[in-house]
Amino acid sequence: MGRYLARRGAQAVLVLWAAYTLSFVLLSALPGDAVTNRIQNPEANISPEGARTLLAYYGLDRPLWEQYAHSLVGASRGDLGYSLTTAQPVRELLASALPSTLQLTSLGLVFGVLIAAVVAVATNYAPWRWLRTLTASGPALFASVPTFVAGIVALQYLSFRYGLIPSVDDGTFRALVAPAATLGLVVAAPLSQVFATSIRTTRSQPFVHVLHAKGAREGYIFRKDVLRNSSLPVLTLLGLAFGELIAGSVVTESVYARSGVGQLVVGAVNTQDLPVVQGVVLLSTAAYVLINLVVDLAYPFVDPRILVDGAPRGATRRRARQRSVVVEPAAPRLLPAEVVMP
Amino acid sequence: MTTVVDTGSVTRPGTDPAPALEQPAARERPLPVRALAWLGGHWTLVLAVAVVALVLAWAVVPGAFASHDPLAVDPAGKLRAPSAEHWFGTDQLGRDLYSRVVHGARASLSGSAIAVAVGAVVGSLLGALAGWFGGVLDAAIGRGIDVLLSIPGFLLAITIVVLLGFGIVQAAVAVGLTMTATFARLIRSEVLRARTSTYVEAATTSGASTWDILRRHVVPNSIAPTLSLVTVQLGIAIIWIASLSFLGLGAQPPDPEWGRLVSDGRNYIASRGWLTLWPGLTVVAVVLATNHISHHLTRRDAS
Repeated sequence: MGRYLARRGAQAVLVLWAAYTLSFVLLSALPGDAVTNRIQNPEANISPEGARTLLAYYGLDRPLWEQYAHSLVGASRGDLGYSLTTAQPVRELLASALPSTLQLTSLGLVFGVLIAAVVAVATNYAPWRWLRTLTASGPALFASVPTFVAGIVALQYLSFRYGLIPSVDDGTFRALVAPAATLGLVVAAPLSQVFATSIRTTRSQPFVHVLHAKGAREGYIFRKDVLRNSSLPVLTLLGLAFGELIAGSVVTESVYARSGVGQLVVGAVNTQDLPVVQGVVLLSTAAYVLINLVVDLAYPFVDPRILVDGAPRGATRRRARQRSVVVEPAAPRLLPAEVVMP
Repeated sequence: MTTVVDTGSVTRPGTDPAPALEQPAARERPLPVRALAWLGGHWTLVLAVAVVALVLAWAVVPGAFASHDPLAVDPAGKLRAPSAEHWFGTDQLGRDLYSRVVHGARASLSGSAIAVAVGAVVGSLLGALAGWFGGVLDAAIGRGIDVLLSIPGFLLAITIVVLLGFGIVQAAVAVGLTMTATFARLIRSEVLRARTSTYVEAATTSGASTWDILRRHVVPNSIAPTLSLVTVQLGIAIIWIASLSFLGLGAQPPDPEWGRLVSDGRNYIASRGWLTLWPGLTVVAVVLATNHISHHLTRRDAS
């Protein structure tokens, strides 16, 4: 386990380094930057000495590889350089924008999972056919509605027509609900699709028929067996959906005029503030890599038969011996505990 | 069936082969009826194809559908509600919104087409190289794909937009480059599968050149999965390009583009909801139709 974590950690660092280098190469290929633009602007009236000082301050007078080495060393210490437009440290800008975005994305994820669960369960278990058909088309519909359209329509009706939610971010929870729900809709598209399919596949497994034959009720089987067995693919997707969450939050923050990392990056793109763009890319890549690592580590807790790096968890090993369930690496057969029980 | 009728007139009297041959045909309904029945059973698909066809027509010959000049400013007719004269109303400069949506189809659709083309061509090339030659090249391209996929896609697209500048083509290329990783991964696995297959082994032993094997065995086998990925990515590309334009990073004013139209109308959502509603609904309808067609193709592919 320790060695596995160390290896995954090293991989994550490598990926971060590559992402940083890639964004540096992409952005340094740019012909101008905000500082040079400011110096060349005749209205700014900057003296040649002032210009030289300014360039030296941002390290823009040095050769490119030196800039790269310097910024990489800085980034590894958590120093992401300074914004070219406001001269504030990028780290401070990120730190002040992050809480709002974290609130938005985490509540958005909660909404997404809730919507996905409702749609998936209704698609499989709804007592009426029309409701099953209706919810079955939910994922395709969610995937076809761009975030900005959902957000604008929600704002238009909920806020301006019916006055249910504030139209600007006043820091209250009420102002957070609509943006988070908008974001949830985006994430719900892939989640509900996979969850619904997964429940259907699990329900057609032989052990579910056995449980039915033994007289277990539908609700009991769902809670005890189907839910857990069908949540693995959803867990995988949860890590991947984080990318959607970030993309969605950029647009959602713009629609609802919320300050946050998304607004920060859009503003930085408009002013060619490269260190800020790079900082946001690095931060979100780090979060993305970290979340997928957490998801990978969470697998054995959902399905004890999955091994982390060839060795089952201690508890799993003990349980496996007691029940003499065959532990198969990496390819779990859907075999519930109930069938093994007398 | 026509041949049966033709030969029926020259067959010897007494023997009449026509009824015997026509019997199964009689039980089967005639072709037009069957076609109609099939269309009736797939009416959602018909609707989706119709939507896409209409929008494609908008993009190719916008003049035939638009009722007004999309750039004609009319100070006297600002912010009019939808009417018989202006189907979708007019915007803050008095421009006809319906005409702007029709003309916007060209930017949105050609942008998505460029994006998917860039993604498919660059991605397939990289994937084919990695899968076919293996070794160091495969490892290098594989790591590159991993890095690309570990940066949240939309942010990567935004970063590339910084590099390329604002504009619909730039946004399209940015989105396309972001998509290369997905295509590369698919093609790599397809090529790998073909390379290890017995028929490629047979072709190698019988002395076919690498180029011939790629052209005659590997490429045809990879086309079907690539096409179905293309249709899937098309819907995503439309959304992403519209989103980039909505953020002001794609199409620039005064050129109409769907995402741009929504963002232009957002200042008036309190009182002039149609300015955002119609362009928004257009995007939803087109993406829904594209995804539906893609779903149908993928399902047919799988069976």
